Amino acid sequence: MKPPAFAYHAPDTLGAALAALAEAGDGGKVLAGGQSLVPLLNMRLAAPAELVDINRITALDTLEVTAGGVRVGALARHSRVERSDAAAGVQPLLRRALENVAHPVIRNRGTVVGSLAHADPAAELPAVLALLDGTVEVRSATGRRTVPAGAFFTGPLESALLPGELAVSAFFPALPPRTGTAFRELSRRHGDYALAGVAVTVGLDEDLRVATARAGYLGVAATPVVLDLTGPALAAQEGRPAGECDWAEVGGYAAARLDPEPDIHASAEYRRTLAGVLTERALRAAAAEGGRSDS
Amino acid sequence: MTTSLFGEPIERREDPRLLTGGGRFLDDLGRDALAAAFVRSPHAHARILDIDLSAAVDVEGLVAIYTWEDLPGGVGDPLPLLIPHPAMTHGRTGLPLARDVVRHVGEPIVMVVARDRYLAEDAAELIRVDYEPLPPVVGIENAAAAERLVHEDVPGNVGAHLVQEVGAAPAAIEAAPHVLEFRLDIERSASTPLEGRGVYARWDAADESLRVYSSTQTSTSVRMAVAARLGLPPGKVEVIAPDVGGGFGVKIVHPWPEEVLVPWAARLLDREIKWTEDRREHFVASAHERGQVQFVRVGFDDEGRLLGLDVRILHDHGAYTPYGIIVPIITSTQLLGPYKPGAYRVEFTSLYTNTVIVTPYRGAGRPQGVFCMERTMDRIARHLGRDRAQVRAANFIQPEEFPYDQGLTFQDGRPLIYDSGDYPEMLRKTLALIGWDSFAELREAARSRGRRIGIGLGCYVEGTGVGPYEGGHVEVDTAGRVHVSTGLTSQGQGHQTVFAQIVAAELGVPIEDVYVTTGDTRRFGYAVGTFASRAAVMSGNAVALAARKVRDKALRIAGDALEADPGDLQITDGTVHVKGDATAAIPLRTVAVLANPLRYAFDAEAQRATQFAAPADPAAPPVAPGDEPGLEGRDYYSPVRSTFAAGMHAAVVETDPDTAEIRILRYAVVHDCGRMINPRIVEGQIHGGVAQGIGGALYERMAYDPAGQLLNASFMDFLMPYATEIPRIETDHLETPSPLNPLGIKGAGEAGVIPVSAVLAAAIEDAEGIRVDAMPISPDDLFHLRLRAGTDPSLRL
Repeated sequence: MKPPAFAYHAPDTLGAALAALAEAGDGGKVLAGGQSLVPLLNMRLAAPAELVDINRITALDTLEVTAGGVRVGALARHSRVERSDAAAGVQPLLRRALENVAHPVIRNRGTVVGSLAHADPAAELPAVLALLDGTVEVRSATGRRTVPAGAFFTGPLESALLPGELAVSAFFPALPPRTGTAFRELSRRHGDYALAGVAVTVGLDEDLRVATARAGYLGVAATPVVLDLTGPALAAQEGRPAGECDWAEVGGYAAARLDPEPDIHASAEYRRTLAGVLTERALRAAAAEGGRSDS
Repeated sequence: MTTSLFGEPIERREDPRLLTGGGRFLDDLGRDALAAAFVRSPHAHARILDIDLSAAVDVEGLVAIYTWEDLPGGVGDPLPLLIPHPAMTHGRTGLPLARDVVRHVGEPIVMVVARDRYLAEDAAELIRVDYEPLPPVVGIENAAAAERLVHEDVPGNVGAHLVQEVGAAPAAIEAAPHVLEFRLDIERSASTPLEGRGVYARWDAADESLRVYSSTQTSTSVRMAVAARLGLPPGKVEVIAPDVGGGFGVKIVHPWPEEVLVPWAARLLDREIKWTEDRREHFVASAHERGQVQFVRVGFDDEGRLLGLDVRILHDHGAYTPYGIIVPIITSTQLLGPYKPGAYRVEFTSLYTNTVIVTPYRGAGRPQGVFCMERTMDRIARHLGRDRAQVRAANFIQPEEFPYDQGLTFQDGRPLIYDSGDYPEMLRKTLALIGWDSFAELREAARSRGRRIGIGLGCYVEGTGVGPYEGGHVEVDTAGRVHVSTGLTSQGQGHQTVFAQIVAAELGVPIEDVYVTTGDTRRFGYAVGTFASRAAVMSGNAVALAARKVRDKALRIAGDALEADPGDLQITDGTVHVKGDATAAIPLRTVAVLANPLRYAFDAEAQRATQFAAPADPAAPPVAPGDEPGLEGRDYYSPVRSTFAAGMHAAVVETDPDTAEIRILRYAVVHDCGRMINPRIVEGQIHGGVAQGIGGALYERMAYDPAGQLLNASFMDFLMPYATEIPRIETDHLETPSPLNPLGIKGAGEAGVIPVSAVLAAAIEDAEGIRVDAMPISPDDLFHLRLRAGTDPSLRL
C-alpha cells in the first residue's frame, strides 16, 4: 500500500497551480485535504502522474458569508465551515451535514470543495449542494466557469471538472424565510459513509402550512438525487398545519421514487425503505423548525 | 510502598510509554533495511502457468526477485502442520511461495526485495503471472457438497472428522419428553490487530548468526522453526518480539511464509531485510476465524434439564490447516459451558474452502460453541414457557461437584475436568446486575410507547492456561534492581505490570525496582507462547516460583551475614531483616553482592565479596556444592491440565421498528478468573473482549463473493467497531481460586469475547419476538428477518 511514483507540485499561488494543472493535463490531480485521494493512491486505485498540492495557496482558504449564501473556498476545511456560526445562520444544512462527515480529525484536514470534487455519491456535501441548487466556481489557466450543482455531479466519483481545471469555490445559497431544514442519515458505524441519507428543506406559508418540500439524497444512486416533494406534501397535509402533515406518506412517496443499488452493507430494498423513513423523520423535523423560525 | 501488591488494581506500568508514542514496534526498527513485498494471487483457485519477471527487473532499486524455484530444500518445503491430531486425516499446508496451484486470494507467489517498499511494490506490479483459473470452493455448504475440490487429493474437501461421545445421546434424545432440532450459523471474523504482521532480519556473516524481529505471539517457537528451516543451530538464531500492537491469535501461527523467507533472503543477500504487512495483505494473507454451521438435536425434561444433546458441526477451515483442528475441538468441548448435558454426542467435519486459512482468534472456537449451547437453552425455555435463567440454573454443575469431569478430551489432549467454580452464585450476581427479574415490566412499558427492548443472557466456561509449560527467571543485581524474564511474548496485555506485581509481592521489593522482559530469546530460550488465556497462569506462576527460589537464597545468604536463622528473616521494601527487628538488616543489593564470590572488586560495594573482605570457612569452597553464584532463580510451571474460568453476560438492546437499527442499552459482565492479580487489568481485558465480541455480533464479517474475492478487505468496509459503538460495560467479579496452580489464578484474556454473539442474539430475539439463528446481524439482516417472519410464522417465538 505505497503509491507509485508521481511528480509533486506545491505552488503558492492559484496561477501557478492552474499552470501546473494545464501542463499535467489528463495526468494531473489536485491534492487538498487528501482524505480520499491519499488512500486511493496508497491502494494504487488511482495513479496520477502529477499531483498538484494546493495546501500552500492560502488565498483559497476562504469562507464568505453573505445574506445570499455561503461561499466556501477550495482550501477551507470541513471543521472551519462546521464551526462557523455565521455560515450555520445563513445555511444551517452545512453544519448539519458536516457533523456527519467522518470524524473530527478527518474534518480537520478534509475540505468542503474537495469533497464536492471527489463526487462520492455517498458523501453528504454533494447532496446538500444539489438540494440547494448551489454552484461550483471552476478555474483553469484559460478561463473560468460556474457549474450548477445539477450539472456538476456526473457519476460515481465523476464530476464535470475537466483536465486542467480546479474547483476554486462552492456557493451554498441562503435559506428563504420560514424554511426549516434537517439532515438525517444512517451509517453502520459512527462516521461511516451512510447506507442512505437525506437533506431536506420545508418552506411554510404565512399560515404555517407547507408551501415547498424538497429532499436531496446520498447513497441511493450514482449521483445525488433531488426530489421535489411539494406536491405529495400538500396532498398529505390536507389543509392542516405542517405539524399534522402525514409525513410517513410523503416518505413512502419518496422511497417509491428511489432506486438504490445493493452493496455488501445493505440491500437495495433496505436502502429504499430506510430512505423513506429518513425522509419522513427529516421532513417532520424541518417542518417543525420552519414553524419555529417564523416567530 | 506496599509489598502486598498481588490483587491491587494498580495502573499499567507500560501505558505512559505506549500512550506517548514511545512504543517500539516492528516497523520502527530497521530504517535502513531493504524492503520486501509480495506478488499474491488475485484468484481464489488457479493453476500458475507462467511467471514473467522481465518487466520488473529494470525497476531501479530492485535487489532480488524470488519464486518457489529459487528456494532451497527446507526453505521451500511445505509449511509445518503445527498441531497434528489423529483425526486430521488430510492435513494440508501451503508453501512459502506457491509452486503450481494457488488456493486462496492473497497466497504469496513471488517475493520482491528492493531498496524500499515503494520500489518493491513497483516491481511487484510489473511481474506478470499467467493463471489457469480453477473452479473455486467458497462457503461451507459448497465445501460440504464437494462438487469441486480445494485439494485434488482430499476427497469431499474433508480435512478432519472427529466424534466425541459421552453416554448415548441419540437414544437419550429419542426417549426424552421434549425434542428440538434446529440449525445455527456463524460467519467469519478475524483478529485484525492494529499492527499487522512483520518480520525484520539481520544476518551477521562473521558470526554466522541471525537476529530476527517478528511481530509474533511466540518468539521461541519462531526461533526453532527458522533455525530448522535454514539449517542453523538454534544457538545462532535470536528472535525478539518487540512491542506488538495486538495479536488476538493470528500471530500465534508460525512460521508464516514471510517469517521463513525474510530471514532466508537476509542471509543469502547478507543484507538487512524487513517486511511490514499492510492492511490489505492482513485481510487476505493472514488468518480468519469463526465460520461454522451447526445442526443441533436436543432432548430435555419438563424442567428444561438436558437429557441428550447431539451437535453436528461443519467447520470452514479455509485453504490450509497449519494450526490443525484446535478451533473445532474447542468448539465441540467448550460448547458444554457450565452445564451437565446428560448424554452428549458431538461430531465435526472440518472442510477446506478457497479462502484465507482459519486459525484461532480470541475465543478460539468458544464463541461458536457458546452460541450453540446458549441458543439451545433459550429454545428450551421458550418451548417450555419457562424463564431462560431458570432453565440454565436447572442444568448447572453445582459448587460441590468440582472437580467435574465432562468425559471429553480437551484441546491440550487432557481430560476435560473443570477444577473449580460457582455457577449458581455467578448467575445470581448477573441477574442482579442487569435487573433480570424486573425487566418484563420495562419491556412492556417500552412497548406501550412504541419502543422495542429485549434482554439476553449467556454463560460460558473457558479452559485457560493450557500447557505444556512456561518458565521464569528472576535476578537481583548489585544495585538492587530485580530483572524478571519469561519467554512468552506481550501484545499489550499488561505483562510489565502483572508479572512485576507477582515478583514484587513474592520477593518483598518495591514494584519500581522490578523490570520485566518478555518474548526475547536472548533472555529466556524456553517458552511456548501467548495464547489461550495462558500468560498469567503459566508465566505468572513460573515467575512466582522463580521469585520464591530467589527469596530462599537471599534469606540463606542474609542469614549467614546477619548470623540469624533464615526462618527468622523476612524481606520488606527490598531489605532483609530479622522479623520484628528493623536494625538487624541487610539490603537485597548487598545480598546480591555476597551471592557472587569475587576475585576482583569492580566497585566499592563489590569489595565485600572478595577473598580478603570477610572471614570464611577455609575448608569450604566459596561456592558450595550444588549452589550457583548470583542472586537469581529460574523455575518452570507445567500444569497437569487446564484451569477453567467462567463468566456470564447479560445485555439489554433496543431495536428500531422502522430502521432496524440495533442499539445496546446496557451490557453487564460477571467474571470469575480465580484470584485476580490486578482487577483493573482483568476489567480491561473484559472490555476489549466484549468490544471484539460486539464487532463479531453486529458489525464484522468476511464478505466473500462466489468467486472467492474478499469484497471488504479494508477498514472502510470491514466494520471493526469504534469506541462509539461500544456501550459502557458494567462488571462484577467472583473469585473461585484454581486448586491447580500455586497462585490460584485462571486466565482472563479471551473471556470477554466469548458469549457476546449469543447474548445479543438472545436480546434481539427478545425485543423482536423473532428467532435469531444466525450471527452477525446487521440492520439489513434484521429488516429481512422481519419480512420473512411476516410470512413465515415458524420464525416467530
